Amino acid sequence: MAPNVYALVDCNNFYVSCERVFRPELVGVPVVVLSNNDGCLISRSDEAKALGLRMGEPYFKARPFLEQHRVRVFSSNYPLYGDLSRRVNLVLGQFSPEVEPYSIDESFVRLAAPVQHRPDYQALALAIRAAVLQQVGIPVCVGVAPTKTLAKLANRRARHVSGGVLILDSPESQAMALAATAVRDVWGIGRRQAPKLLAADIGTAAELAAATEGWVRRNLGGVVGVRLWRELRGEPCLSWHPRPEADDEAEGRRHSVTYTRSFGQPQRGQPVLCEAVATFAARAAEKLRRHELAAHLVTVLLGTDRFAATTEGATRTAVIYLPQATQDTSTLLAAARRGLAQLYQPGAAYVRAGVLLSGLEPPGQPQLDLFTPIEPARLQEQQQLMRTLDSLNHRFGRDAVRYAATGTRAAAWAGRNGFRSPAYTTSWEELWQVK
Amino acid sequence: MSTLFAYAIPAAQLLPAELPLYGCPVPAGFPSPADDHQQDPAFDLKSHLFRNPASTFLARVTGDSMTGAEIHPGDLIAVDRALVPRDGHIVVAVLDGEHTLKRLRIRGMRVSLEAANDLYPTLELLSGAQLEVWGVVTHVVHALEGRPAAQSLNEWRLRAR
Repeated sequence: MAPNVYALVDCNNFYVSCERVFRPELVGVPVVVLSNNDGCLISRSDEAKALGLRMGEPYFKARPFLEQHRVRVFSSNYPLYGDLSRRVNLVLGQFSPEVEPYSIDESFVRLAAPVQHRPDYQALALAIRAAVLQQVGIPVCVGVAPTKTLAKLANRRARHVSGGVLILDSPESQAMALAATAVRDVWGIGRRQAPKLLAADIGTAAELAAATEGWVRRNLGGVVGVRLWRELRGEPCLSWHPRPEADDEAEGRRHSVTYTRSFGQPQRGQPVLCEAVATFAARAAEKLRRHELAAHLVTVLLGTDRFAATTEGATRTAVIYLPQATQDTSTLLAAARRGLAQLYQPGAAYVRAGVLLSGLEPPGQPQLDLFTPIEPARLQEQQQLMRTLDSLNHRFGRDAVRYAATGTRAAAWAGRNGFRSPAYTTSWEELWQVK
Repeated sequence: MSTLFAYAIPAAQLLPAELPLYGCPVPAGFPSPADDHQQDPAFDLKSHLFRNPASTFLARVTGDSMTGAEIHPGDLIAVDRALVPRDGHIVVAVLDGEHTLKRLRIRGMRVSLEAANDLYPTLELLSGAQLEVWGVVTHVVHALEGRPAAQSLNEWRLRAR
């Protein structure tokens, strides 16, 4: 009996699926969603993919083609996506007290195996899929396996399986899936590592799993590589925190930066949690800047002990929307603190916390809008400050200079988004209307 | 004054969005004894009313086809996607790519969508056609003094001042 089984639940074409929840006429027709400021394509419906539209394609280039094929075009609507993402996680909480959002459209669900009989994971995964579809209206794929890395791999393959569900709970099924997966598609294998592996005649995940531990240690980044290798062989590594950017690279995009950690002992006090969340937010912001990105959505998660789970599950999330994408630590800190304030319940003992930044885009596009609350000069100052902060910390060690967790107010300005749908679920002014 | 106050807070908490909380202005200068307790997380209308917070969505009614069922233009409705629609339920149905508010009628094999206003005909579903129900209406928020139940946030702010 496997003590741990993970399900990776991944929302299909998430942004497009969100638009379809409130616009039934979009079902069955090609739809794309653009990045902020209507820059490029960041989500495509299956119909749009079939037309040959590519991820990341600049909008101005694709425009004639989009018009010719009557593709419905939307600006990104992060308040909507953030709220539906929160709801998807609430539904997942009905199946397990442990839900770990990994990005805006992906979550790990730890399934506790019933002791008395061999659980029917296929039926459970189908039930998860049906519940999310009915309760939120979002189609998902589910991959189930004994480790997160294998669950991720199962999910990748589930997209091409009828029913959208793939279970890898036997050594045979795992071997088959590993043999059919290219090593560059393995979660945690970066773009730079794949050619190195190919040169060593390791082309598939199965071949990597069959390598010796010594070889992996020497050639795949030491301890980190060994953890990946163990996970691939079905041994869960709890300390395995792969860089989310690793798999996003493989898919030609990066869509989130996460920083989640378990506490040494349960924490009850708001000041301590506040500090923890602020620290995680600051770390995530550093990562964001390292990859030259800015975030629109700040997700804060707080987890209680899974045995002390309430009806809402052990992990609760709050999503804060920033109208202007930012990589500024103080702005992200303020948002994370507001998220924490929404979640915190006096008396609860928290064992985990995390900050997830998503809705990512290149930063610092000069905003030539009348209502821009941040003038270009101020933005430049902010960026200069962040550069100084990062270089000081690089030189004198992490946290040599850090924030006393003070906040600035979020901008009330919305980016250029000519085709944005209403914030159906999060704004009185733009509330969903029914005739 | 604390009873008035009780209405002011939940309105701000109906949506997951961050809405600022304003205490009720105290007319005669007495500090409201409720002010110390306004953050009590248990006092949340949303979680009190909605059994399924993940699947319950709010919508503003714009049409008048259900006035006979006391659902008026401008009212707010709560729609739960998790409920199984049954005969007699008021539902949001998907019809020709649009959402429409109607009463669901299931009589044996015959399924129809009934308006609660004589100006609108009953829509009989052709046999074999699949009716898509978006969700079941669970609550209506309607103000008695004759104005739309939920004013916009800006209006609400102005009143709260």
